[in-house]
Amino acid sequence: MTSIIIFDKAGAFAENKDVARDIRIKEIIPALDGGEDVTLDFAGVDAATQSFIHALISDILRKRGAKALDNISFKSCNTTVRKIIEIVVEYMLEGGI
Amino acid sequence: MKIHIPNSAFLGNIDPFFRSFDPTEPDVLEITANDKWISVHPLVLSMIAALGIAMKSSDIRCGKLKAKSKHYLVRMGLFNMLNIPSDIQITEHEPAGRFIPITQIRTSDELTKFITEMIPLLHLDKEQSKTIGYAVSELARNVIEHADSEYGAFLCAQYYAKSNTIRLGIADRGLGLKATINHAHSAKTDLEAIRLALWPGITGTTTREGGTEQNAGAGLFFIKSIAGVNRDFFIVYSGRAFYKLLRKAPQAPLRLKADPFKDRHSSNENLPFWQGTIVGIDISLDQTKEFSLLLDGIRKTYTSAVRERRKARYRRPRFV
Repeated sequence: MTSIIIFDKAGAFAENKDVARDIRIKEIIPALDGGEDVTLDFAGVDAATQSFIHALISDILRKRGAKALDNISFKSCNTTVRKIIEIVVEYMLEGGI
Repeated sequence: MKIHIPNSAFLGNIDPFFRSFDPTEPDVLEITANDKWISVHPLVLSMIAALGIAMKSSDIRCGKLKAKSKHYLVRMGLFNMLNIPSDIQITEHEPAGRFIPITQIRTSDELTKFITEMIPLLHLDKEQSKTIGYAVSELARNVIEHADSEYGAFLCAQYYAKSNTIRLGIADRGLGLKATINHAHSAKTDLEAIRLALWPGITGTTTREGGTEQNAGAGLFFIKSIAGVNRDFFIVYSGRAFYKLLRKAPQAPLRLKADPFKDRHSSNENLPFWQGTIVGIDISLDQTKEFSLLLDGIRKTYTSAVRERRKARYRRPRFV
């Protein structure tokens, strides 16, 4: 199990897409490729932009489909962050893209 | 180029100000202002800063300003940004709680620093800060990623105590929406480009709906939605076209639309040519919904937009 502390990399307002891309490419994808489950820990993150979450997970959903969510958990999300994640996931999966 | 700062130019009445902008003779910038009073949306100042930044200070002409409220331009940092002298004397006040002066943002890291350091200066509560930070981040990041302007984005914001409103304006002198959208789509006019840019799932980075791994094509849609849910103004001006989301009456049902032309709006495609893009938004703090509630409305529209577009693409088999 790989746990990624988002606050340590993106701060209390997670909006920097470059940071999101780095987390995705350097940490999430290698962990999933290695057969590990990934926990994205949002403790301390007050808000995130849709762009940040999109850059963080959309490519994984697009390439691996909904089943990727079996191996990714979202921990300690406040209501705002949770809703943004739900919007991005729903959008990717509803769109079939 | 000539730009005249009128006595009043806010998003509700900004159309004549845009119409009066003269983009001819691009080597010289002449700034004039109403002699009696200047009360303008921060967008106006962002626009002037974006116009003047690439020019030598000797090519910027600003006549003696007579309006009583002329000190506002100094306090918002206009003359400093343009590197031109001003004889207007002001008493500097602590800016906290009132405004964010004109700020130039060129890189992703500058933006992150700006959001961390400047948004707290507005002294808003946590929920309101989220909304403002969200708008600033998405709008400035759009410029950094898509405008291809070496000068980046110019933004400033002002808190208006009387209406308890934050007004935010951002301007760039980059490619403009038509050129950006047409990397992947085919907008024939500037207004069509604005329409596509506001449509969720459409981005100039790919023809694929839903965007790329880095761009969802939803940034402007989210900002328009924030204004819509809060019943505030939102405007986009790029090339010759202008789109304004009009305020909804308090009793009108709140329904967000994927197609910006189906929202209550006004538009114009015969304005003086603006090379780049300008976006303005008002956020009334009295009616700013908790950010998470706002997201509920956006979610409904965003996902139903996907369904609508899938339906539009769907073709029945033809049996002949």
